[in-house]
Amino acid sequence: MRRASADGRPSRSALALWHVAILALVFVVWYGLTTPGLVDEAYASKIAFFFGRPLQVVVVVWNWFASGKIYPHLAITLWETVLAFAAGSVLGLAVGLWLALTPTASAIAEPYITALNAMPRVILAPIFAVWFGLGVLSKVALGVTLVFFIVFFNVYQGVKEVSPVVLANAQMLGASRRQLLRSIYLPSATSWVFSSLHTSVGMAFVGAVVGEYLGSAKGVGYLILQAEGVFDINTVIAGIVVLTVFALLLDFAVTKIEARLLVWRPRASQTETL
Amino acid sequence: MIAAAPAKAPHGAGAAALALDDITCVFAAKSGSGRYTAVANTSLTVAPGEFVSVVGPTGCGKSTLLNVAAGLLAPSSGRALIGGEPLSGVNARAGYMFQAEALMPWRNALRNVTAGLEFRGVPQAEAMRRAREWLTRVGLAGFEDRYPHQLSGGMRKRVALAQMLILDPQILLMDEPFSALDVQTRQLMENELLELWSANRKSVLFITHDLEEAIALSDRVVVLSAGPATRPIGEFPIDLPRPRDVAEIRLSPRFVELHEAIWHVLKSEVLKGYAQGKR
Repeated sequence: MRRASADGRPSRSALALWHVAILALVFVVWYGLTTPGLVDEAYASKIAFFFGRPLQVVVVVWNWFASGKIYPHLAITLWETVLAFAAGSVLGLAVGLWLALTPTASAIAEPYITALNAMPRVILAPIFAVWFGLGVLSKVALGVTLVFFIVFFNVYQGVKEVSPVVLANAQMLGASRRQLLRSIYLPSATSWVFSSLHTSVGMAFVGAVVGEYLGSAKGVGYLILQAEGVFDINTVIAGIVVLTVFALLLDFAVTKIEARLLVWRPRASQTETL
Repeated sequence: MIAAAPAKAPHGAGAAALALDDITCVFAAKSGSGRYTAVANTSLTVAPGEFVSVVGPTGCGKSTLLNVAAGLLAPSSGRALIGGEPLSGVNARAGYMFQAEALMPWRNALRNVTAGLEFRGVPQAEAMRRAREWLTRVGLAGFEDRYPHQLSGGMRKRVALAQMLILDPQILLMDEPFSALDVQTRQLMENELLELWSANRKSVLFITHDLEEAIALSDRVVVLSAGPATRPIGEFPIDLPRPRDVAEIRLSPRFVELHEAIWHVLKSEVLKGYAQGKR
């Protein structure tokens, strides 16, 4: 995955320069194509209708933060993310441990687990809206269904892959069944949960925003929905930008937490990203 | 017993720290519906304070025997006696040192060593204190906070040794514990093991495929036949003086004599095992 810079990889500063340059290029092209003076006015306004204008997007974002209007919405979205992540992880951990340690139960549950996992679960959002209303709870429920399976499969895998030698060793050291669960299965399983942290936090965020978009009274997804209703494409894009930045911040925080909790790991584990 | 020198004075089953009595282990074969007899009608005793090595060709069921003694595996027939009492469940009087990595990767060296004490409900502070002592004794003072992946192979074996010895087991079961180490580290570890053992004589059942290691360490060497249906085919008391240095003792004429005598018995089994491995 990570290669030494010796084999032709650009240096850190050169890489940063590339990153900034590409971003700048996107903005310049976007700006150029939507500014009347630079292209034909009819085209410019048509393109602007679909893609918005970069400066206006910046103004919207600026106004949101300057007026403080965005904070309650952001807070709601982040709160939903945190709740969905926490509840989904705890549920996934509990069910994963239980099924992995009781072969009969896992054999019975297997087809249902497969079916539920295969199902496009975002489609549950309308049902959750009916069950839990338009508040925080319906978004959390959607996020939980997304997070649960990631954590569940990782825990299941983690328990199955406990080294039989480590297990036998703990038995020889006198561990009871309960102590095996606490000292061997649980740490092993949680390490797998942590290695899927990026994916599950991302999924919790997806659950919150999609839930809001499909029906809510607050949240960044709600802002986007409102703007879309009046064809205010600049605000829609501003919402997307804010969400992206916060997704990046969340991911960064997760990387820090992961590095702290998994010091015992030989190397950073590979995780799939969304 | 073919070609075996007279064994030490026989130990009654009651006196033996560990006695395997007519053990047979049959497994379902990995392929097909056949059955595979790993160990057949094997009896083996280890007296209190005695260091017994078991040598045999690779894959002859040595580890199976050890797992029976540890109580991790129930034999198909026969029984294991610990201090004269039949073993049921995990052998609480034994410490087991595995061939593969057995440390908990998510615990640092110190917490790996305290594990056994924790399982027994020893208070944390007390467990930590004793674990520090043991880490010092195996030469790892200052490495308490390292995780297994941050330690070398030899250091990990030392942690495993401390992890086992802190519980003061009466019987040590060791399954080729040093086979993954390079020759120099291995000899160091062997000498350290002998030193720790002579300070507080425990009964040891040491499994190895390395005849030199077996002779250098042991009071008695038992030779197993090639599998399937492994059984002991020779038993040799090792009358080399103690304390020994495993590197130096190999050069003594008596060592060479013993090596020759045991190798004479072992050689044909190794060839048999090799032929089976090729098939």
